[in-house]
Amino acid sequence: MTAAALGPRPWMGPRERAADTGLWCFMGVAGTLFSLFLVADVMRLASPDATAIGLPRQLWLSTAWLLCGSVLMGLAAGAARAGQGARSLRLMWASGATTLAFLATQGWAWQQLIEARVVLAGNPAASFFYVLTALHGLHVAGGLLAWAVALRALGRAVDHPRPTAWRLALCARYWHFLFVVWAALLASMTWLTPDIARAICGQR
Amino acid sequence: MVIAIALLVIVVGSVLFHLLTPWWSTPLASGWAEMDSTLHITLVVTGVFFVAINLFVVYTLWRFRHRKGSRAAYQPENRKLERGLIVLTTIGIVALLAPGLKVYARYVQPPEDAMLLEVLGLQWQWHYRFAGADGKLGATDTRFVSAQNPYGLDPADAGGRDDVLVLNSEVHLPMGKPIKVLLRSHDVLHDYFVPQFRARMNIVPGQVSWFWFTPTKAGRYEAMCAQLCGMGHANMRGFVVVEDEAAFKAWVARQATYATSMAAPTAAAAGPAAAGDALAQGRSLAQSKGCVACHTIDGSAGVGPTWKGLYGKLETMTDGSTAKVDDEYIRAFIRDPKARAVRGFAQVMPQIALNDGEIDALLAYIKSHGADPASAPVQR
Amino acid sequence: MTDSHGDVPHGPQSFITRYVWSQDHKVIAVQYAGTAILVGLVGLLLSNLMRLQIGFPGRFAFIDAEHYYQFVTMHGMIMVIYLLTALFLGGFGNYLIPLMIGARDMVFPYMNMLSFWVYLVSVLVLLASFFVPGGPTGAGWTLYPPQAIMAGTPGADWGIILMLVSLLIFIAATTMGGLNYVTTVLQARCEGMTLLRMPLSVWGIFVATILALLAFPALFVSGVMMLLDKTLGTSFFMPAVISMGQLSAHQGGSPLLFQHLFWFFGHPEVYIVALPAFGIVSDLISVHSRKAIFGYRMMVWAIVIIGALSFVVWAHHMFVSGMNPWFGFFFATSTLIIAVPTAIKVYNWVLTLWRGDIHLTVPMLFTLAFILTFLSGGLTGLFLGNVSVDIPLSGTYFVVAHFHMVMGVAPLLVVFGAITHWYPKITGRMLNEPISRLHFWVTFIGTYLIYFPMHYLGVLGMPRRYYNYDNYQFIPASAHQLNVFITVVALVVGVVQLLFVFNLVWSAFRGRRAEPNPWRAASLEWSTPQTPPAHGNWGAHLPVVHRWAYAYSVPGAAQDFIAQDAPARSGGVETSHDAEPPARGVAT
Repeated sequence: MTAAALGPRPWMGPRERAADTGLWCFMGVAGTLFSLFLVADVMRLASPDATAIGLPRQLWLSTAWLLCGSVLMGLAAGAARAGQGARSLRLMWASGATTLAFLATQGWAWQQLIEARVVLAGNPAASFFYVLTALHGLHVAGGLLAWAVALRALGRAVDHPRPTAWRLALCARYWHFLFVVWAALLASMTWLTPDIARAICGQR
Repeated sequence: MVIAIALLVIVVGSVLFHLLTPWWSTPLASGWAEMDSTLHITLVVTGVFFVAINLFVVYTLWRFRHRKGSRAAYQPENRKLERGLIVLTTIGIVALLAPGLKVYARYVQPPEDAMLLEVLGLQWQWHYRFAGADGKLGATDTRFVSAQNPYGLDPADAGGRDDVLVLNSEVHLPMGKPIKVLLRSHDVLHDYFVPQFRARMNIVPGQVSWFWFTPTKAGRYEAMCAQLCGMGHANMRGFVVVEDEAAFKAWVARQATYATSMAAPTAAAAGPAAAGDALAQGRSLAQSKGCVACHTIDGSAGVGPTWKGLYGKLETMTDGSTAKVDDEYIRAFIRDPKARAVRGFAQVMPQIALNDGEIDALLAYIKSHGADPASAPVQR
Repeated sequence: MTDSHGDVPHGPQSFITRYVWSQDHKVIAVQYAGTAILVGLVGLLLSNLMRLQIGFPGRFAFIDAEHYYQFVTMHGMIMVIYLLTALFLGGFGNYLIPLMIGARDMVFPYMNMLSFWVYLVSVLVLLASFFVPGGPTGAGWTLYPPQAIMAGTPGADWGIILMLVSLLIFIAATTMGGLNYVTTVLQARCEGMTLLRMPLSVWGIFVATILALLAFPALFVSGVMMLLDKTLGTSFFMPAVISMGQLSAHQGGSPLLFQHLFWFFGHPEVYIVALPAFGIVSDLISVHSRKAIFGYRMMVWAIVIIGALSFVVWAHHMFVSGMNPWFGFFFATSTLIIAVPTAIKVYNWVLTLWRGDIHLTVPMLFTLAFILTFLSGGLTGLFLGNVSVDIPLSGTYFVVAHFHMVMGVAPLLVVFGAITHWYPKITGRMLNEPISRLHFWVTFIGTYLIYFPMHYLGVLGMPRRYYNYDNYQFIPASAHQLNVFITVVALVVGVVQLLFVFNLVWSAFRGRRAEPNPWRAASLEWSTPQTPPAHGNWGAHLPVVHRWAYAYSVPGAAQDFIAQDAPARSGGVETSHDAEPPARGVAT
């Protein structure tokens, strides 16, 4: 709990713990954001002009990519902790690649929907689909920035990766979080249909 | 010690101000006396806390001001006192909440036999509708709204045929009967607020909101829009005339119904003006149709051009072209406000339903303020 | 969200890295405060322009209806968000937290620096809306749809877009700052500084920051959705409407959805402003009456409970919105419940004064004025929270008077008092006392004269956000005369604020040099080796704390205060919930 002197930079305190807490807080903020969007979703879908949209099949593929990215990131963190710098680096690159594949597949899903003339304006179920996937995608993109920073630190210290393992561990946690959020969004888009929303809001 | 004196003066002054103030609730004209009572209870309870705590502070400041050699006591806590204060406060809170919720329970449950009045709020005027002989209001939808059908009544719904339409800003109500006011809008949020009635509610496009009250005093009351609805918000004025049943029925009989308004393009009576006096009719139309929300007659700046000196002037459009403001110009503008964009003004003039006779009357009124020396003298 | 502070050596070297791109929390705090005060002066000017129109309707040709509503809107948004929130969290939070808890800086200094610059960008985007076609939005600071994005409301083309974008950027800045404040409090406290030994200033800012992190997302959600409704034709909030005679392309949206989201943010927002003020007031009262804050633990609990409850009262802003009427019962009850912990705080402040040794310094004057005005404003909140009393008062000047008193006047008095109190710490000089006192008296009496009578105009039934009140029969001429009076007082109070700003700048160069601890305060920030504190705050060794921050007038102690980091043998070492000082040497 105290900021006892640590190594050559006594005024910085335990960075790992700070970053750890900071990430939990940020996850709380982002979690609140997505929860509020979902609440707004339910409230809006209850109105008569909402009809459920068919979700493009690309979403299953993108979900798989994100799951891979999340798992690979966790493995990379474990490898760094175990001192396996080169392996960790490879897993990090793989994780980044699968995450990029996730974003690309999301774009592909959008393209499919647009071709099916399910666009942003109009059916609120469609509007929410685009908004929720866009916002989630932005959070993934932001995560990739953190990934890049962690990757650079790991790259510089690939022979003694343990001190940088905490960065990868935090990235992994964030990726797990992004996956959980995505699963929740997918579940709501699949099962929280306008009919259910109307039932929740107590409308006949 | 100046601060202690200042605080004392403020407390005493505030109490005196309250006792002597000329500004308090308007005289109640509805059955919601309980709202006023609850307001008084709240005032008394909060007033007691306000005075007591502040006087305590004044005394404390005087008694424990710093003097040479003085030292504060050391008393970081007193659990018993704190518990007692919590209990006292809770009692005060309950004393406020209980009557408040009791009144509210009545507010949310209108009587079954309340007469329906629909208020339609639009930028920036009021229209009204009664249910007519069948006791039911006809169906409406935004997509039916037009200059001829500002209510958006569904022509296919037979139940709407006998709806009594009051296309101007003044509505009459019978005294002593509960009224359930249904509130609708096709554009933005509004709020129909008559202070003397106390009851009111916001108007939300896309849904029907409501409130209810029983008018208890005859008179003519001003209704205001109480939810910011754009530039004409402050001039969106309505009137409620509360009268006895017979006078009310006679007034209703004079109003148009949907059926009659569909048959001839004549809209409802324009208000209390005498039929033959175009100038007076024009003036009352300017009021009731909401023109005065944006057009002044004394030359002062408004949302739209002032009518003082307008007639006969050369007006410049945003594209640099000019046009003389004559009969044709004004008629055309009223019929299709979007056709021209006058330089220096936002293009926000709504299209308002007026028949030819009404346009003539308005034209006469606008002319009377014009620069043309041949026009009639200005009336106020 | 990791930082790269590790590369910075012992401290910034050049002018640019010391004062511009600085990662030092103290510099960032001053940057935040300076920007907030400057934009606050713009908000003040706007309010004076509004009052000119209300007091002297039609007299000033350039204040037409369109401009009036733009002034109303920008004044409100600037004051609530860009002044008060930024000043309390970004200004006071940044300066006080590390110093009061014995840290060298915030835990993410780089992100801290970023948060200021992003805040500055949000301010510039907001002010840019004065220069776009159509001018800034005139929808009221609450930005209600559908009118906010429809013709008939000023700024419905570009102004509203810039406003929403500015808010989204501000939320990013606040999130970055907020993560810093919360994590620093949780992680970077020095040895001996338990949570329950932190001064209440820190508690107030800490809980307010948690509120900000959880509430601003709601504004973000509503802002994004309104932006999409405006720019891309979605119908989140837009039902089918007729705009200037044309049927819109929207349909099915719910204006009330916006209001729920907005006020889910909006109500915690007022506590984001109020809680830091509460915390700071507790500290000012203790120091200047040489007495421990009464009921410290209860004060902490009150802050936490108020913060938690603030999330379940939002729809008291919507009693007459047309929402499901049955919600009124719940929200009236929750709102009146929140009055109880708030009342406890008022009692405890007053009980701190009781049997104290009250020094009527400028900070104490502002504190006393706060108690009066907060009490007044808080009590009128009971009128508005009680749903059936609210019905005729909603949307009238009663509401305007209430929120100005409780959110404008009271917290601003705390700001003035707090700046006066900590000025010697920040600059090493004292603020000029005669100017401070003049500023205090005019501001205190003036704002009371402005807002107390205003309540009565609301009871009368005068609606708010009216450009003028021509020819309303129920409004007596005396009410218009009162408006003239209020306007004149407001202009005077407005001008006098310039005195305060002048004092801030002038005293930084010419003020009387201060000792390191001129108020003889016990909290940790006064123990830095240098005044103003150097980069890293504490020199070679971090402080070690042995007691809470309120060891004032401890019986048997040599002086009437014992600093938090004084050695344990100096006494005052006890937990706060004992009524009598217990045996020596009992550490918590």
